[in-house]
Amino acid sequence: MSLNKIFSKVMVCAVTFLFTSLGSSLALADGVYKAKPGQLGFMEPATEVMRDIVSFHDYLLIMCIVVSLFVMVLMIYIFIKFNAKANPTPSKTTHHTGLEVVWTIVPIIILLVIAVPSFKLLYLQDVIPKSDLTIKAIGNQWYWTYEYPDHGDFSFDSVMLSDEEAAAAGHPRLLGTDTHIVVPVNKTVRMLITANDVIHAWAMPAFGMKIDAVPGKLNETWFKAEREGMYYGQCSELCGKDHGYMPIMVEVVSEEKYNAWIAKAREEYAANKTDNLTRIAAAHPVQQ
Amino acid sequence: MSSEAHGIPTGWRRWVLSTNHKDIGTMYLIFAILAGIIGGAFSGLMRGELMEPGINFLTSFTGGDVEAAKHFFNVLITGHGLIMVFFMVMPALIGGFGNWFVPIMIGAPDMAFPRMNNISFWLLPAAIGLLVLSVFIEGSTYPGVGAGWTVYAPLSTSGHSGPAMDLAIFSLHLAGASSIMGAINFICTIFNMRAPGMTLHKMPLFVWSVLVTVFLLLLSLPVLAGAITMLLTDRNFGTSFFDAAGGGDPILYQHLFWFFGHPEVYILILPGFGLVSHIISTFSRKPIFGYLGMAYAMVAIGVVGFIVWAHHMYTVGMDVDTKAYFTAATMVIAVPTGIKIFSWLATMWGGSIRFETPMLFALGMIFLFTIGGVTGVVLANAGVDTAMHDTYYVVAHFHYTMSMGALFSMFAGWYYWIGKISGKPYPDMVSKIHFWLTFIGVNVIFFPQHFLGLAGMPRRIPDYPDAYHYWNYVSTVGYMITGVGTLVFLLGVFMTMRSKERVGDNQWGEGATTLEWTLSSPPPFHQFNELPRIK
Repeated sequence: MSLNKIFSKVMVCAVTFLFTSLGSSLALADGVYKAKPGQLGFMEPATEVMRDIVSFHDYLLIMCIVVSLFVMVLMIYIFIKFNAKANPTPSKTTHHTGLEVVWTIVPIIILLVIAVPSFKLLYLQDVIPKSDLTIKAIGNQWYWTYEYPDHGDFSFDSVMLSDEEAAAAGHPRLLGTDTHIVVPVNKTVRMLITANDVIHAWAMPAFGMKIDAVPGKLNETWFKAEREGMYYGQCSELCGKDHGYMPIMVEVVSEEKYNAWIAKAREEYAANKTDNLTRIAAAHPVQQ
Repeated sequence: MSSEAHGIPTGWRRWVLSTNHKDIGTMYLIFAILAGIIGGAFSGLMRGELMEPGINFLTSFTGGDVEAAKHFFNVLITGHGLIMVFFMVMPALIGGFGNWFVPIMIGAPDMAFPRMNNISFWLLPAAIGLLVLSVFIEGSTYPGVGAGWTVYAPLSTSGHSGPAMDLAIFSLHLAGASSIMGAINFICTIFNMRAPGMTLHKMPLFVWSVLVTVFLLLLSLPVLAGAITMLLTDRNFGTSFFDAAGGGDPILYQHLFWFFGHPEVYILILPGFGLVSHIISTFSRKPIFGYLGMAYAMVAIGVVGFIVWAHHMYTVGMDVDTKAYFTAATMVIAVPTGIKIFSWLATMWGGSIRFETPMLFALGMIFLFTIGGVTGVVLANAGVDTAMHDTYYVVAHFHYTMSMGALFSMFAGWYYWIGKISGKPYPDMVSKIHFWLTFIGVNVIFFPQHFLGLAGMPRRIPDYPDAYHYWNYVSTVGYMITGVGTLVFLLGVFMTMRSKERVGDNQWGEGATTLEWTLSSPPPFHQFNELPRIK
């Protein structure tokens, strides 16, 4: 019991240390969620899932460091103690059953200790709670199409801005898009993901989300963003020449702003209401 | 008397028509070095492009065409992966060292099927020829295959309409056929041609490692062959195995590919495990600790390696219970791997260690493979892999296991055995400079890639948001250090070949106990005219 307590205290200290040292600090949000120059750790989390990923990763990282250091220290000790000068006559030991049992059992215990929080995290991510709205993302070579099926069924394309356009619009290079999805803060958003041509992947690091967009298959995942701001992500499955040029932008806003945006978007994208497939067919004439 | 009765073939006949396991092994080693230079040059072009943001390096190879340069980057990642896996690591460890030393270590005069051994080798130049040819032939809009070494459908079917992909598929077919024949040859050799008294439980660990490896090859490569044949028919004959529009499933391709692909990564590393065991034991002047545990740990890794493949596919939209299973199964592999690491440490414990170059590479391999192993345990967890999948964290992880695990064990094997193979000593100082440059270089390349991956940088992109510049720059500097190290290696190879000195039968003294050290250096054209008896 007390050992357990000491262990957990040490863990907490180490986790705090790593949080601060690895840049995944929970500093005040500046409203823009992207990687920072020279960053060592994760992006700032904006959902419960990502917070859990970060803390579980930090927990794993401690084990990684402990195991690696243990091996390193043992090796250094061996180099000093058992080099040919220090130890001219080698021993003849070839077995030690007790030792072999220990180094089989201890890793198993470590793995069990890892497995419990791992499964907890996995099931948190993968069991989709009741959602407040649905957005469908469709991967194309090389842009994303978004649909809002339960808010007027409009759809629009989201294409990367050129370097000059991004600079003018105040977006980071290669991450800014001409249009983007807008979602209300603290609402559960259900994402349906698919693709039209080849496999893409819809990823949003700050949300702890990444799921493949597979043609002919509808994948489902969710997020509940807890803070307002602009979030950036990139396609995460090799999809051809411009794989690096189909970024993902999500703006998280207050409920009122969201409603205003929806009203505007319904009008703006009204023309895109039902002819989505035809439009894509026109944009991608069948080759051959 | 009897063996040389028909004379040793000379000139081109000795090599092209070779049925001698040592000559074929030598050809495999030369082939692997040449392929490694090509694959390494490919990665140099990639790192060159990634050194600075923007597309500004590869354009010098495409006549200033930025769009062509983006595709060329994808061609490079594809070529780098395929060449390193199929034409560098496998030919070096299995074809090269395996051919050279498995027959000798079990006290056999040659491989079981010497003529099949010949075709196993000669299919490889044809295979890499097709792959290199594909770089210059229409792929999608631009020349070459840019679908990654995994060639996922539909990017490899509808996404690459040109014949380059068909050439790459044929290349894999040939390389696969070569490896399957090699695998059959090794299995028959090891099971049937051991010298009297050489029971399975007395076999050197390198032979054990090759035995497990070739079983993995034999069982996994036909699955790859089937998968890429289906790609071929989807592309050319109107089938739709992987096309949802025709009732197929793109995910099926990934399952088939990784059912091969995961055992494949153990195929790359297991012979290295065997090799490192010999080297650690030799230079500690101690028998290997826990021999049986070591042998069966490799068997366990091989068996479990077949039931973990979908951990490469956590984000395809699998059922959550399936992900939970693959998480658990994957973590299990850490146990036999841990047994190996600790047994190596225990072998050194109480030993009398000499830090010769092969030992330096073996020690480097143990430590760096440990780092690759612990990041592997992180990635095994489907929950946290959501954040890491397809980022540079994965790139860092598998290069720590492959580029440091497999490559370091190859260099260790090279320095350990080159005296035996050539009869000439390697230059000591040059080899140590090679070690330190490589050790520092690869760590500077790959350690920062963990940071890039955690910060979210996706793999396989030719340009990146500016925030990722710093560590990419550092990584490229690491490549330059490694590149100089490789030149030093080649200098060492050249100096070895030119050396006038000769090494004795047993270059390493008391600790080297396997049968190759009982023969002359280099061994006679045919060894063991009288079979050795193992007590």
